Amino acid sequence: MSDDADDRHPLFMPVIFLGGLIFGGGLAVSRMSHPEVVLDFLQLEDLGLLFVMGGAAVVSGLAFWGASRAGGRAPLTGRAYGRRLKSMDRNVLLGGAIFGVGWGVSGICPGAAYASLGVGNLPILWAIAGMFLGAYAQGYWRSRRAEDADAATATAD
Amino acid sequence: MTLLSLVGTLFPNGIAHYALGGVLIGLGVVTIYLATGIIAGASTFLESTLSYVSDLSRFNRAKYLRSRDWRLVFTGGIVLGAAAGAVATGDFGFTTEVDAWRLLGGGILVGIGTRLGKGCTSGHGVCGVGSLSGASLTNVATFLLIAIGTAQLLAVAGVTP
Repeated sequence: MSDDADDRHPLFMPVIFLGGLIFGGGLAVSRMSHPEVVLDFLQLEDLGLLFVMGGAAVVSGLAFWGASRAGGRAPLTGRAYGRRLKSMDRNVLLGGAIFGVGWGVSGICPGAAYASLGVGNLPILWAIAGMFLGAYAQGYWRSRRAEDADAATATAD
Repeated sequence: MTLLSLVGTLFPNGIAHYALGGVLIGLGVVTIYLATGIIAGASTFLESTLSYVSDLSRFNRAKYLRSRDWRLVFTGGIVLGAAAGAVATGDFGFTTEVDAWRLLGGGILVGIGTRLGKGCTSGHGVCGVGSLSGASLTNVATFLLIAIGTAQLLAVAGVTP
């Protein structure tokens, strides 16, 4: 079994869906699905969001720590348990800064935006459209840059 | 100022629903992780879904093509789970007062920044911080400080809510 589409455990998709349900339920219960709640936090008028991110990080962190220490593999995919470790580079800083401006302007981040749609907040479609536009723009720019780099290499040969 | 009034000033709406929501978000991550070993963030969905409609090489990398269907299911779960949570807490039908230009313009920057920076509030903020990843802690400190500064500037400029 793996997480490849043609070789998945029958419970793979149901578990992903269940995880999404719980995740989205948490976003709604915490009211992080309200841009106003995020903006109140960023304006330091209500610091409750610390408990949302902190609570979620502690629960996740304990599971990552426990499972990767115990070793073993995930039952549905055979994947080894690990932690989420991304490499550090300039993009981590630059991307974080651009995201920070956007979060401060709108009070919206990706997961909370999907949840906000579920809450029935239709104006959030502006934010979701914006996120797709932004993701497309960076993908366009990076794809072009990669092609230019390939072309330059080919010419040098 | 007594301790109680300080807590009331910092958390005017209490902390119970914030903490409960945070624990649930964590349990959603843990459910997927323990069953599949996958640590799912929310923003990769933006790029993996674009692979359905775009030929750009960036979106058609193997790891997006391999995960794009379950990321759609994960996001569908978030939407429906939030609907259920909102119904249960009497919040269903909430409509934001934040202007459309802020949602659209901010959304564009969120789309660029989360994908360039390899993650968002869930990927870096929850899963990366939970993993004590240096890159994630750096990313979170950066976006938190800049978001606070941005929101303060807008408030000073009189943009509300």
